[in-house]
Amino acid sequence: MIPELGHFALTIALALAIAQVAVAFIGSRTGNGALLATVRPAAIGQFVFVAGAFAALAWCFVSSDFSVLNVAQHSNSKLPAHYRFAATWGSHEGSILLWVLMLSGWTFAVAVLSRALPERFIARVLGVMGLVSVGFLLFILLTSNPFERLLPAAEEGQDLNPLLQDPGMVIHPPMLYMGYVGFSVAFAFSIAALIEGRLDAAWARWSRPWTLAAWCFLTVGICLGSAWAYYTLGWGGWWFWDPVENASFMPWLVGTALLHSLAVTEKRGTFRSWTVLLAIVAFSLSLVGTFLVRSGVLTSVHAFATDPRRGIFILLFLVLVVGGSLTLFAWRAPRVGLGSGFGAVSRESMLLANNVLLAVAMSAVLLGTLYPLFLDALGMGKISVGPPYFDAVFVPLMAPAVFLMAVGPVASWKRAALPDLWVRLRWAMGVSVAAALVLPFALGKSSLMIAFGLWLALWVIAATAALVWQRLRASPQPGLAGRIRAQSRSWWGMTVAHLGIGIFILGVTLVKGYEAERDLRMNAGDRVTLGGYEFAFKGTKDLPGPNYAAVQGTFEVSRDGKPMRTLLPEKRTYAVSGQTMTWAAIDTGLTRDIYVSLGEPVGDGAWGVRVYYKPFVDWIWAGCFVMALGGLLALSDRRYRLRKQVAEIDAAAAAGARA
Amino acid sequence: MKPRTKRAIAIVAGLAALGAAAALVLNAFNSNLVFFFTPSQVAAHEAPHGRAFRIGGLVEAGSVVRDKDALTVHFRVTDTAQTIPVVYTGILPDLFREGKGVVAQGRLESDGTFRATEVLAKHDENYMPPEAAEALKKAGHTIDKSAFAGQKGKP
Repeated sequence: MIPELGHFALTIALALAIAQVAVAFIGSRTGNGALLATVRPAAIGQFVFVAGAFAALAWCFVSSDFSVLNVAQHSNSKLPAHYRFAATWGSHEGSILLWVLMLSGWTFAVAVLSRALPERFIARVLGVMGLVSVGFLLFILLTSNPFERLLPAAEEGQDLNPLLQDPGMVIHPPMLYMGYVGFSVAFAFSIAALIEGRLDAAWARWSRPWTLAAWCFLTVGICLGSAWAYYTLGWGGWWFWDPVENASFMPWLVGTALLHSLAVTEKRGTFRSWTVLLAIVAFSLSLVGTFLVRSGVLTSVHAFATDPRRGIFILLFLVLVVGGSLTLFAWRAPRVGLGSGFGAVSRESMLLANNVLLAVAMSAVLLGTLYPLFLDALGMGKISVGPPYFDAVFVPLMAPAVFLMAVGPVASWKRAALPDLWVRLRWAMGVSVAAALVLPFALGKSSLMIAFGLWLALWVIAATAALVWQRLRASPQPGLAGRIRAQSRSWWGMTVAHLGIGIFILGVTLVKGYEAERDLRMNAGDRVTLGGYEFAFKGTKDLPGPNYAAVQGTFEVSRDGKPMRTLLPEKRTYAVSGQTMTWAAIDTGLTRDIYVSLGEPVGDGAWGVRVYYKPFVDWIWAGCFVMALGGLLALSDRRYRLRKQVAEIDAAAAAGARA
Repeated sequence: MKPRTKRAIAIVAGLAALGAAAALVLNAFNSNLVFFFTPSQVAAHEAPHGRAFRIGGLVEAGSVVRDKDALTVHFRVTDTAQTIPVVYTGILPDLFREGKGVVAQGRLESDGTFRATEVLAKHDENYMPPEAAEALKKAGHTIDKSAFAGQKGKP
């Protein structure tokens, strides 16, 4: 009964979404107040019914209802409860339902939180979001019904892929989807503004908090995915340039460009067409990502199914959305008008350069991700483009962007003087160059790449620190606390996010430059030394788990003869699927991780063993979280709320005038 | 300088920068493409010497031999028509099995052995790497479709 109710709720949600689109566009065209007033209730109703459907599916999973095909294929009664819940989005059907849930959730949030905005405008925004929702609801109902019954019911489920039985599964997909789908709001704001032909500072200010929120979620989502791959795949890598990773990274690059471009549009009124284009591209890339990951074009842990109907549906939808919005852009953008001009050296010019670099980097990633697929689709042979390509392209493209990132906030709008910039940044330059030259020798190994990476990271950190110092010193308020409070939260958010980039680059440089890795054959009693740590292999023992059987190895780690801790990596064999999985043991520290994973038995009681020494690897994820924290700080800026009060006052005044 | 000259300089500089970026991207792209060959193609000497490429197929049953003292492993990759000996040093992925699909990246040695630097066998026991499936298909082997689906078939 519950699955049928869930399916029925989806149908009602589709009807509501269609109604939402119809009343939004007819209402905003004709200015009919009654129609406009029904847009919000339709959007809220849509969310309620999608949430109901999602709850129904989650209930089927948690209660192990194996008469539902989806549950029988992706869950098991022996699976711990939180993984049974997470298995709700562990299948193709469930993950698309999660996508729609997120979309209707963002729509709901816009409907509830944007009461202060002009009625017609917000109706158009909700109409565009409804249109996207209609597409995805149709996709679910026509090709990917998560509630399909299995008769007779299965005795037992086939279990969730062991790789997905991890705490990361509970949190990574929802976060990532929040980010992906969150760009639909910026997209809808842009399309609505294009339809109205009105792109001004107010529009940029309305879009900014939504874009920021989506960007924060996406940053955290990608970061969690990276950390998960690091500890679960047993390869010690944190980024593989896998097409699925790229699919989430491309919207992030464009979303980052969009955030900065929106700032210019809000403050200076320039870059308007570019901002709109970025909003369209960011969401289009989210859709491309969904297509790549869900259509079965790519086969990886993320790609669940290979049903060509699904791929064709998403591809058609993609062509409609991207083609339609770009056509609208080409038609309307010339009317948007240009903003005020700016000098060759100014904050605008640096932000523009950064935007272009981010866009070029995204294109390079897109090329490397799609080209093999095109060749394959055209029957021109199979090729692969590996990490060396992405490394070779990405670093030189991002390095100038990161350099400018430290200069931009110091430069003034409109026109900046180079000598003035030099005076404000010379200390940061001196400190970062000196540290980059000295530090590698202190750490025991030096190379051009290490020195360059360290310089870039320290340059960002030092220049940001200089910016904060100068800004606080020039502030007229008495006392440090007062001066700190006098700066806007969005300015602090920018500083914190930029520091996050510095921390991230520091982590990447140090781990790339100083990591050590050994694959070796070990018998019980063997020892190996790596990065100053000694690992003694004490042997293995069998260890039963809830739905798997494990072999656990014991490694005693010591440094300078002093025992530090015992690491217990496992090799798990899952009962239902028979699949084996490596469970690495990691000792996490502020300045290094030590990482041991078991390979396989290689005869005579010996095991293949992989040990890593990873200096500063956790700084990579710490940097990402600091970035997201910066975004959150900016999001809490008062002016996004003040604006609302002003608008409310305006609305009240207008209402008073009418009465 | 007139504003027009200034703008022209800015545009030229921008185009030059974009051109440099494009050159960088395409150059890196060209030198990092890894092509795929089936065992039959390798046996017919179609694969390059001195450049890394990928081969794919099935790990021939009974062909896996480990060295006594190190992590070196020898196995053969087959597309049922031709067989290529492969040698690899390191830890094999969890899903590497005899009789299952595999893709390896590496170079061809002068004695015809493929020295792999990377062995890929991904994610799901029933999953066949598309390259491996392709190799079998090219060799005229009829394939049980269900073996290639990423997901288990409906019961």
